[in-house]
Amino acid sequence: MTEAAIQSNHPQQAEAFLKDLKRARWHDQALWFMREKRDKGVLGLKEWEALREHASRIKMHTLSHLPKYLEQFESEASKRGIQVHWAKDGDEHNRIIHHILSQHNVKRVVKSKSMLTEECHLNDYLIEKGMEVVDTDLGERIVQLANEPPSHIVIPAIHKNRQEIGELFHQKLNTPKGETDPTRLTGAARMHLREKFVQADAGITGVNFAIASTGGFVVCTNEGNADLGTSLPPLHIAAMGLEKLVPTPEDLSVFLRLLARSATGQPVTSYSSHFLGPRPDTEMHVVIVDNGRTGHYAQAEFRRSLSCIRCGACLNTCPVYRRSGGYSYGYTIPGPIGTTLAPHRSLEKFHTLPFASSLCGSCSNVCPVKINLHEQILLWRQKLYNAGIVSPAKRLALGGMSKMFTFPGVYTLGGNVFRGVMSLIPGNVIAKITGAWGKQRDLPPIPKESFRQQYKKMKGHE
Amino acid sequence: MQIGLFIPCYIDQLYPHVGIATVQILEKHGYQVDYPQAQTCCGQPMFNSGATKECKSVAEHFLKTFRDYETVVCPSGSCTSMVRNHYAHVVGGNNDYETLKNRIFELCEFLVDHAKVSQLDVSFPHRVVVHQSCHGLRELETGKPSELMIERESKLHSLLALVDGIELVHPKRLDECCGFGGTFSVLEEALSCAMGNDRIIDYEETGAEYITGADVSCLMHLGGLLSRQKKSIKTLHIAEILAGTVQ
Repeated sequence: MTEAAIQSNHPQQAEAFLKDLKRARWHDQALWFMREKRDKGVLGLKEWEALREHASRIKMHTLSHLPKYLEQFESEASKRGIQVHWAKDGDEHNRIIHHILSQHNVKRVVKSKSMLTEECHLNDYLIEKGMEVVDTDLGERIVQLANEPPSHIVIPAIHKNRQEIGELFHQKLNTPKGETDPTRLTGAARMHLREKFVQADAGITGVNFAIASTGGFVVCTNEGNADLGTSLPPLHIAAMGLEKLVPTPEDLSVFLRLLARSATGQPVTSYSSHFLGPRPDTEMHVVIVDNGRTGHYAQAEFRRSLSCIRCGACLNTCPVYRRSGGYSYGYTIPGPIGTTLAPHRSLEKFHTLPFASSLCGSCSNVCPVKINLHEQILLWRQKLYNAGIVSPAKRLALGGMSKMFTFPGVYTLGGNVFRGVMSLIPGNVIAKITGAWGKQRDLPPIPKESFRQQYKKMKGHE
Repeated sequence: MQIGLFIPCYIDQLYPHVGIATVQILEKHGYQVDYPQAQTCCGQPMFNSGATKECKSVAEHFLKTFRDYETVVCPSGSCTSMVRNHYAHVVGGNNDYETLKNRIFELCEFLVDHAKVSQLDVSFPHRVVVHQSCHGLRELETGKPSELMIERESKLHSLLALVDGIELVHPKRLDECCGFGGTFSVLEEALSCAMGNDRIIDYEETGAEYITGADVSCLMHLGGLLSRQKKSIKTLHIAEILAGTVQ
């Protein structure tokens, strides 16, 4: 509820981010470097576009048979001794997880990366109930220590430079003041996290892919933290959005090839951990969460965004995200995919997001499952307009524009008057009256005659 | 063959010389050009604002104006894509649209695919960088977007390669958006200008004297930033180079 009270205002947030231009440029370059790594990782694969098409079809097929595959997964997972729970929303997800943890008298939890638990605000919930929750992905731990949410879905602390991380670690982990060497800082985090792994009573992970035919699931990490967090404690709880299913292990193989290449350019993530049931004397639980996903599913024109495998490629390529940062979106998931997902939560709250896009279409082209991201963003603009979430002035202007362009006489006259008036005004005054356009940009020199006037003359002389 | 010439509203009002260059190059290659005076705008500003209903009457007017032409050519990728691709969401099923969507071409597309131009007899002895506008590149497929692992020739580059004396240079980021984006340019002013300035830096690094492209809208945005900052690199629509109206 607290989140709903804050209006997302992307233009304002972006302007604030760009005030520190040097930092904004660095952020842009850091993410573009990820895009370049993705290009290099993908370049060697002749079948890349065919893989994307195949993955897209698998996801569309799975989504259109979702109830069947969910039931199959539940039944197969149960046979393996995995306990399956269903949560209709974030609150229920948090309550279920807390209930399981309390039954086991858990005090300390280690967690590997999961955007779903971020979406449900699980950490806050468990900490409020008196448990210790430690994020074990390095980037996640950094933002957790700084008491911030992730600003990127794959590289959560990308907005922080190493000086800031050095200072944070100095305060929280007692590293020497002024230490900014990445290797030494990572070493300090490793020591700190090893201790947490050893002490943990339970491990929580997300789910990258759940396989309906086997009842198993896969968690992908580059740091091995999901394995460490689940290998020692006697309890493993995995939180899973209900769209994370694939039908078979053969289908899974397609996605494992796409995920890491799209995210970082690696052929495959360092650790793709297959969980196939609890070890003797331990428990394994999967909590399958809806939290608005079936409502989203019901809107056919937006359905494809449920195929998302959270690789982050659309964030890295997005010229807007790179220059406005993850927080400018005001939603757990930023960038083009966040822009298409957030309005499902609240069209009103996130009304600036569909306009935070130049509609360049690069996101749709990098998406490994071919989500039509920029088309969905455009579609949200129509939904906003039809829902009346647009200022009366803008509505009036668009109505007027429509009339002008429907009647050529009005348009021609309007154009002539516009050029006539503009040609009489000195340039420095034009800069002031052209509003947002004129703040940093000049208008071109205003021609005396329009093309249509020149054309008439030209043809008249022939 | 008679061509119906579609000159987008902002070219009509602000860049008439681009329209003239378009007429010249088409006539030079043996086409008869007709400019229907009833034309106004394709409706993209309304469509991209979400105002589909307001866009519809403009789209219907456009179709009425151009329905009798066998071929329509337009010196803008963005406006061409609006008609060919996005009208489906505005006037989909309309008979005139279903016919016209296969008959409307962006200028470079037309020159390469239909006119099969192999000789231009113009010279432009300058160092030039091409701004690949997003809608032309990704929606009309006039070139290979850097994200896709496919083979596709850039129609703009192959035409410019026919110009005598030209030196084509390439920026590090091949096809990053310039940040114009229609109403985006004013709704997200700070971002739009930051994107434009970064693009200008990329182009300056190539040592180019001119930035050219198939969309005046992007060039108007980049040109506006360049002019305010009194930078020396200039913008030119590709039709001006291909028609030889600039030296």
